[in-house]
Amino acid sequence: MSAAAHPFLPPRSAHMLRRRASNLLILALAVAAALFAVAILIYLLLYVIVRGLPFLNVSFFTELPAAFGSSGGGMGEAVQGTLILVGLASIMGIPLGLCTGIYLSEFGRGSFAGAVRFTVMVLTGIPTIIFGLFAWVLIVIPSHGFSGLSGGVALGIIMIPIVASTSEEVLRLVPKEIREASLALGATEARTILSVVLPAALNGIITGIVLAMARIAGETAPLLMTAFGSTFWNADITQPMDALPLRIFVFTNSPYPIQISQAYAGSLVLIALIFIASFAVRWATGGFRRRR
Amino acid sequence: MKTTPLMQSNIAAQARRVSALTRRGTRGKRRLGDIIFRNFTLLFVLITLALVVGVAWILVSYSLPTITAFGFSFLTNQAFDPVHNVFGVAPAIFGTLVTSCFAIIFAVPIGIGAAIFLVEFCPLALRSMLAFVMELLVAIPSVVIGLWGFLVLASWLNSSGEPWLQSHLGFLPFFRGQPHGLGLLAAGIVLVIMILPLIISVSREVMLTVPQSQREALLALGATRWEVIRHVVLPASRVGIMGGIILALGRALGETMAVTMVIGNQATKPSASLFDTGYTLSSVIANQFGEATQGLFLSALLEAGLLVFLITLATNVLARWLVARMGRMSIGGLNT
Repeated sequence: MSAAAHPFLPPRSAHMLRRRASNLLILALAVAAALFAVAILIYLLLYVIVRGLPFLNVSFFTELPAAFGSSGGGMGEAVQGTLILVGLASIMGIPLGLCTGIYLSEFGRGSFAGAVRFTVMVLTGIPTIIFGLFAWVLIVIPSHGFSGLSGGVALGIIMIPIVASTSEEVLRLVPKEIREASLALGATEARTILSVVLPAALNGIITGIVLAMARIAGETAPLLMTAFGSTFWNADITQPMDALPLRIFVFTNSPYPIQISQAYAGSLVLIALIFIASFAVRWATGGFRRRR
Repeated sequence: MKTTPLMQSNIAAQARRVSALTRRGTRGKRRLGDIIFRNFTLLFVLITLALVVGVAWILVSYSLPTITAFGFSFLTNQAFDPVHNVFGVAPAIFGTLVTSCFAIIFAVPIGIGAAIFLVEFCPLALRSMLAFVMELLVAIPSVVIGLWGFLVLASWLNSSGEPWLQSHLGFLPFFRGQPHGLGLLAAGIVLVIMILPLIISVSREVMLTVPQSQREALLALGATRWEVIRHVVLPASRVGIMGGIILALGRALGETMAVTMVIGNQATKPSASLFDTGYTLSSVIANQFGEATQGLFLSALLEAGLLVFLITLATNVLARWLVARMGRMSIGGLNT
């Protein structure tokens, strides 16, 4: 069929060919850019898995780092320290973040709420080392010693905006009709929020909290100057405490191949934690279906 | 019976009146619990606000000694010298700007390209999965990227990457001097990886707000996909994408761990060469805090922190304002 003869098809001119060619060129460039982004992720993941997985065994979680140069050993104290630090941070970050989220979604009107929302947004963008500096100046320097407690405070502040914004978001998703039904039955505003709205949003809130915990579990910079790191079992929060990212950081500079391999194994543990949390959040907010 | 709009508004008005009456009758008894609950949450909000104010106050009050001692020369002085108690962060500002600009120059075209693919070309079935996978890149802890950057990227740059650049692009001032592996180039590359997902997710969300009908209108006129992107999608989302770029710039300027691990942390004379080692404002803090417990040294570190705080505050406010102008309350993917 001749295109020129067809009344509804544009003529095959040089101009048309040029337009098609530039369209194809852009398509190719866009595909290349997208492939690049995905390839980097897959490459980093595979690299860490290949280097780290063979060294991920029981003693990794139960033993102290081996003496320099000898093989074996693990990162048990770092795993323990990370658990304690994340627990400390949660004690501080969850109530503050959750109440801020509840306030913003349930009472959040007017200029004060706007200011709070703005502050939470700003808090998300501040580099985490700043909160490390804050805890360092406030706790470490006056007490003349690095401590798990100061690390927990620094991580706790980082948790607040993550918990606050995810809980505000999921609380807003609770349908208005459910609130109205509760109010119409005579429940007070507080009773409605505590017994109806919060339970309805509970899955989302919990996954938000899990995400925040996973995020701070991977934080290094604020812990450098607060928890500092240690190579001993230590559950005393007034003493220096180890954490997985800190141990990874120290082992990165190690001259011993076994410690470098263990740094990869630790990285793998951190990445797995965070990916599982991200998938949970995606699942809880119905993200795979809701978003275009 | 059919209800007219007038009758409906009457019914609504009556319902409002009744509910107002019943509320008034029991207000005193019911409201007490509500007031306690509301003020309880408000108390926690105020604590959060107090923490933010506390962070800003600590940064400002502790950096006052260096501010009064050095004034603006703190920003222009080359030496960060605890031995002679002279402090300046010019090399750190230089390193911060060079690495961040490098990251922006490379991450922006790739990020916008990937977003264009996701929004305009990608099959619907793949779109949400791919966007999620790209956002997962944000979730990799910066110490892990630093680990890779230090052990793999830097040694590759040292043995093959930088010599190759030198022999092929050595006529440019950026690729001269002794290859070290660790240095500004490695830090810039690491930052590209770290800010790329942010640019992709903001650009993508902004492009999605462009009404489908506008695309279809141009397609119906016989435009190609690229012409639709160039004449409809990009002009309409320009402001929001700009916001995303500034947000990414803010993150690049403040990133600490991965950069500290690959930038070399040694001052060199500022030159155009990306092979040079250097340091950034945040890597100074991460490297020097051990010895600084008092006096001007401590104050100098806090002032470096204050600079990072102010820079990221400014970029964040500007970026959110630009993105908010696109008529969106929040951007997805920023909290993950």
